[in-house]
Amino acid sequence: MLARLTAMMRTTAARLSALYLLLFAVCAVVLVFYMTSLSARMLTGQTMETINEEVQGLGLAYQRGGLPLLVRTIERRARQPGANLYLIADPNGRILSGNVESLDAGVLEIDGWTERPFAYQRFGEGSGERNRAALEPGARPLDARHNAIAVVLRLPNQMIMLVGRDLGEPERFKVVVQRALMFALGMMCLGALLIWFFVGRRALKRIDSVSEASARIMEGDLTRRLPVTGAGDEFDRLSENLNAMLGRIGTLNEGLRQVSDNIAHDLKTPLTRLRNRAEAALAGKRKPVEYREALEATIAESDQLIRTFNAILMISRLEAGYSAESVTKVDLADAVRDVVELYEPAAEDVGVALEASVDGSFVVDGNRELIGQALSNVVDNAIKYSAGASENPRVIVSLEKTGNEIRLQISDNGPGIPDEADRQRATERFVRLEESRSQPGSGLGLSLAKAIVRFHGGQLDLSANDPGLSVTMVFPDMKGGG
Amino acid sequence: MDSAPGKDFAYKTAMKILVIEDDREAADYLQKALSEAGHTAHLAADGETGFAIADSSDYDVLVVDRMLPRRDGLSVIAELRSHGNKTPVLILSALGEVDDRVTGLRAGGDDYLTKPYAFSELLARVEVLNRRAGTKEVETVYRSGDLELDRLSHTVRRAGKEITLQPREFRLLEYLMRHAGQVVTRTMLLENVWDYHFDPQTNVIDVHVSRLRGKIEKGFDSPVLHTVRGAGYMLKAG
Repeated sequence: MLARLTAMMRTTAARLSALYLLLFAVCAVVLVFYMTSLSARMLTGQTMETINEEVQGLGLAYQRGGLPLLVRTIERRARQPGANLYLIADPNGRILSGNVESLDAGVLEIDGWTERPFAYQRFGEGSGERNRAALEPGARPLDARHNAIAVVLRLPNQMIMLVGRDLGEPERFKVVVQRALMFALGMMCLGALLIWFFVGRRALKRIDSVSEASARIMEGDLTRRLPVTGAGDEFDRLSENLNAMLGRIGTLNEGLRQVSDNIAHDLKTPLTRLRNRAEAALAGKRKPVEYREALEATIAESDQLIRTFNAILMISRLEAGYSAESVTKVDLADAVRDVVELYEPAAEDVGVALEASVDGSFVVDGNRELIGQALSNVVDNAIKYSAGASENPRVIVSLEKTGNEIRLQISDNGPGIPDEADRQRATERFVRLEESRSQPGSGLGLSLAKAIVRFHGGQLDLSANDPGLSVTMVFPDMKGGG
Repeated sequence: MDSAPGKDFAYKTAMKILVIEDDREAADYLQKALSEAGHTAHLAADGETGFAIADSSDYDVLVVDRMLPRRDGLSVIAELRSHGNKTPVLILSALGEVDDRVTGLRAGGDDYLTKPYAFSELLARVEVLNRRAGTKEVETVYRSGDLELDRLSHTVRRAGKEITLQPREFRLLEYLMRHAGQVVTRTMLLENVWDYHFDPQTNVIDVHVSRLRGKIEKGFDSPVLHTVRGAGYMLKAG
């Protein structure tokens, strides 16, 4: 339980809410102090105003009737319930009149407003004996003391007059406000703690389920996926992305496995052939010219091996999609013209008419080298298979726009691939249909072309040309291209 | 191995070549084959040593493997270039993708050859790179015997008689004549005339060359465009 709580404290959610709670508490405390001091200051201001009015009234009384009237007025006012503080003392500080029995030492020596509240005692509230003592230096604090502020004035005859007001009311108000705020703050802290606890627990649960699932995946079950609750929150988004990533890893993994299988299968066969040839050449006595032939055949065989190997690597690299082949704007019309121009003499040599039907420009984002290679692989195939297969063998390369696609079609009138299922299989790696076994080649030409087209975001399809075969490369059209 | 392929077409200008290659066997084979072709080859087995030698001595061509111990080939080339060393460099690499080639050439290499390679291919490229041979870029008219190619007016004459060529045939002949007397391989032609670096499987280049040959040799006494067995072609008058 404790370990679990510790783990919960460590969650990001818990840390974040703790941080927010702390910030909130600091703000709330500052707010309490600000509010109370502000309201206290307001009340003090009011109190001072009241005192000022009082002093003005007393001043009028003094002007009209001198000291006797002043004293009388003070005596009268001092007796009223909840009265202000009045005090008249002689220059030595001895209290002569008023309703104050004693007060903090030194207050009467002030001229003007008391800078801070002082303690005092009214008549009848404490023992009379303390009266004198309080006014002497070093006197002990009074028991039933109250706080007040006052203004101390010197009368023309050196008498001291003090008019003040008790601070009880503002102080009480301050306490009430402070208590209310503290209570509210406490409640909020409690609420935040509860929310923190539940949020933290929920986050921890989700994280735990994700960790558990990923542990399973790491154990080797790559088909497993992280849980998605359907809440659409950040955890779901994260899980969905991670799942997509796992899917990608799975595909790559599968591709890698297939490549290694294919390498094992299709490189071992020619390697064996190579080895056998060398062995056969060594066995028995031969003429130098025969050795030479054997060696030349060996080199030709290794060249073919290298070619196959390069094609496998390239297909894997393209299919994996992490190839950083540089991409520029490529005009497919130029690519077609270049490749047709490259192959035209060779086609003519074997009696195949190679024609391009290209009009306008068809710009895509791509790699000229790769597109040229895909095109040349398909054209090469078309020439090979149509040569001698019909009366007027011909290969037509055409380019057209349909909707937002660019269709590059290479059609021949050779034997084609009559069976639909065979056509589907023909672009798979190393698939060489029975009829084509007699033709040289790695069996990778179409697969490589397909990988290249897919790298460009397009697709490659085979269809019947009746007679013959049509290879269609569909590229996404660029906006405003052409 | 009493006969390296280089022996078949010994070249008249002997070159001094530095081979920076860590594979001992491959390096020894290269040294032997290059010397049989009439050149002097020195070896360096790692990047640091190779850089030190290339930086302090004068070579006609450097053959640099891309992946070397202690210091990789591209950084060796880049530093040589930054020291003002302009010796032509042929990069050897097991990496052969389009981008790898581009990075190699951008680092200061002059040509790029993917492993595994045929020695005849390497030799042809090294000889074409030879800096003492490469001055023809600025000439406007190439002449080889009675064959004449004007790069400005795009005309070709043999023995004063004008020969009409397709634009690509013209570029093919232009490249062959620029390297007249040197072997050029099919791959070099595909790279330099068609700007493609892939393997076209079928011998499409041969057909183009034989067409060109038909045009520049038909009706004339002597052949000028020779096939070099196991290597490529060579344009040579007489």
